[in-house]
Amino acid sequence: MPGALALAIVLAPTAAIVLILLTRRATWAEGFNLAASAIVFLAALALPVAVREGPRVYWRDYVVLDGLGAWSILCAAIVYLLASVYAVGYMRLLDEPERLPRFYALFAGFALTTLVGPMMNSAGVYWIAIELTTLVSTFLVAFERAPESIEAAWKYIIVVSGGISLALLGTVLFYWAGSLVLGPSYEMTWAALRQVAPQANHVLLLLAFLLVLIGYGTKVGLAPMHTWLPDAHSEGPAPVSALLSGALLNTAMIGIVRYLSVVDAAGVGPLPRAVLVVLGAVSLLVAALFIVRQRGIKRLMAYSSVEHMGVIALGFGFGGPLGVAGALYHMLNHSLNKSLMFFGAGSAMRCYGTKSIGGIRAVARRLPIFGALWLAGAVAITGAPPFGLFASELTILRAGMRTSSAWAALLMAVLLIVIFIGFLNHFRIMYFEPAGTQPTPRDAISRWCLVPMWCALLPLLVLGLWWPDALWNYFATVAHSLDGTVAFAGAS
Amino acid sequence: MLAAHLDPLAASLFSLMAIASLLLAFVMLGSRWLRHYLYAFAAESWLIAALSAAVGYYGNYPELYLIAILTFLFRGLFLPYLIFRIIHRRNIAREVHVILQASSSLVIGALAVVFALTVAARVGAELGLSGTIVVLALTVMLSMKLIGFLMLAVRHEAISQILGLLVLENGIFLGAQILVPGMPLLVEIVILFDLLIVVACFGLLVQYLQAHVGSTSSLALRRLVG
Repeated sequence: MPGALALAIVLAPTAAIVLILLTRRATWAEGFNLAASAIVFLAALALPVAVREGPRVYWRDYVVLDGLGAWSILCAAIVYLLASVYAVGYMRLLDEPERLPRFYALFAGFALTTLVGPMMNSAGVYWIAIELTTLVSTFLVAFERAPESIEAAWKYIIVVSGGISLALLGTVLFYWAGSLVLGPSYEMTWAALRQVAPQANHVLLLLAFLLVLIGYGTKVGLAPMHTWLPDAHSEGPAPVSALLSGALLNTAMIGIVRYLSVVDAAGVGPLPRAVLVVLGAVSLLVAALFIVRQRGIKRLMAYSSVEHMGVIALGFGFGGPLGVAGALYHMLNHSLNKSLMFFGAGSAMRCYGTKSIGGIRAVARRLPIFGALWLAGAVAITGAPPFGLFASELTILRAGMRTSSAWAALLMAVLLIVIFIGFLNHFRIMYFEPAGTQPTPRDAISRWCLVPMWCALLPLLVLGLWWPDALWNYFATVAHSLDGTVAFAGAS
Repeated sequence: MLAAHLDPLAASLFSLMAIASLLLAFVMLGSRWLRHYLYAFAAESWLIAALSAAVGYYGNYPELYLIAILTFLFRGLFLPYLIFRIIHRRNIAREVHVILQASSSLVIGALAVVFALTVAARVGAELGLSGTIVVLALTVMLSMKLIGFLMLAVRHEAISQILGLLVLENGIFLGAQILVPGMPLLVEIVILFDLLIVVACFGLLVQYLQAHVGSTSSLALRRLVG
């Protein structure tokens, strides 16, 4: 059963790419991509249920379907579906129908790579999947061909390629550490690594983990390796930004979490978790500083992604059932919410014809329904109740308070408040400052763009008010499979 | 493991090749002409291919011959040819934008090697392998990594940044041949192919850079800040 679902998840976008390239018609391309995203969504929805009994491996151990991977695939699939619907409305505004097939082919390809990454059972092949996400998404970031987009794409590919070459070095060192125990040739699956870790040399494992953490951390956008993120997220088309932020970053985070469980199993001491916690805290700090003084609307959202990746890193860094549950829940909430925010930012950019916060005024009066949706999203993304992010951030805070790095939890609380004020202040200006001489918005926002915003906001509200028991159990299983019993300095 | 008990001839052959590749990395660091840079990169790739074959021969890993041939073809011939074509088409004869003089970058590169040696010696001692080729391989691997990052930092021409990234990967590949010769074949081959795609993507992006930004220097990329 899980195998069939995974096959559907892989084949649907692949078929869409082939069909789009064969037909090369804009409206058909939209349809193929939309259909693929719907199939992927349905399959991904069933996947976490299907893998409840434990991880399954397929295809000579190269593919693994486990709780952690299935969760990240689900997050990616949700964003892919929402972004595909939104893209129909958004990309038509570009008025370049002849380039649309190319866009949708790349878009489906990018979604495919982010969906495949968490399924990879071999650490080496996982690295390749992550590298492929970069290559495909670079051309999506550069899609609008403005000098800024090209600049963003160049910075993106250079910084991220450099970063993940460190992860490759770390991967080789992990393999080496294992080969000293298992002999020169073995399959480098996550399970094999975890098994061999206790006998492997600790100094070597530590060095390898730090390299991997910095490497994949670059891709996740943890500060201070986040420098590519605001550029790439702000210069790509809005559906691409949503997919980058809501799907790609999670996919890369999965790698860090898997390696973390390897070094946990080895028992190399508190350093790996401490480094992850520090990176998370620094990300929050950097994000807070840049959010407060931000002038570009999409860059504001991008720094918010840095913030939330920091929060997720803190959750996994604190560890324990509570930390892992909070982090996983936060992944889902962030994926939903950040899609909503990027959709809003994209539509606002189109309507007002500017990327700067200064050019967007009186949203509430001019675009009432859209304005209400986007504002609700802004309240949610800053972690205010009653939305899902409040619940997950609170859980991570609680997890942090129980560990010896409670300082990080306190810092997180303070910075979240700073971000709350800074972020909503921008929205206050955009919604309620007098309009001045700004031109009125060009036209109404298409339904294709509004519906996905509703579809993101309503689940967010439900998830905030009601955290299903089934999800708790699911998270507990994942935490257990990551060896959640070994938590940071005696967390419960 | 192979590297711990090699016969002396093999050990000295491996060491020679590893050190020669490191020297070629310094040649790249010191040269200001993109063409020399490229030749040094190609020569380094040939050395790595030869090293793969030698490891395959002495360590009895027949699949490494395949890797050696692929490395020679892809890294040694095809990638340099692709980059050569980009240079030729874009009329970029040399590194025009120097942030750091060649001499200063050489000194910093030397410091990087010292640092890499310290780390490698520590790891080697930890594994009880000090004085073997393992320490040398690890040193070369880490220092080529650091030198690659140095190139990325001090060079601004788009092509030299691509080459810097390739040096990063060469370092890993070289070290991997000595340290983990038994790494699964599939992974190695896919990584080789992956490199091709990387360079193709870079080629396309360089074209965009010239067409839409008007320069292939990253010094011109100053629009996105804050």
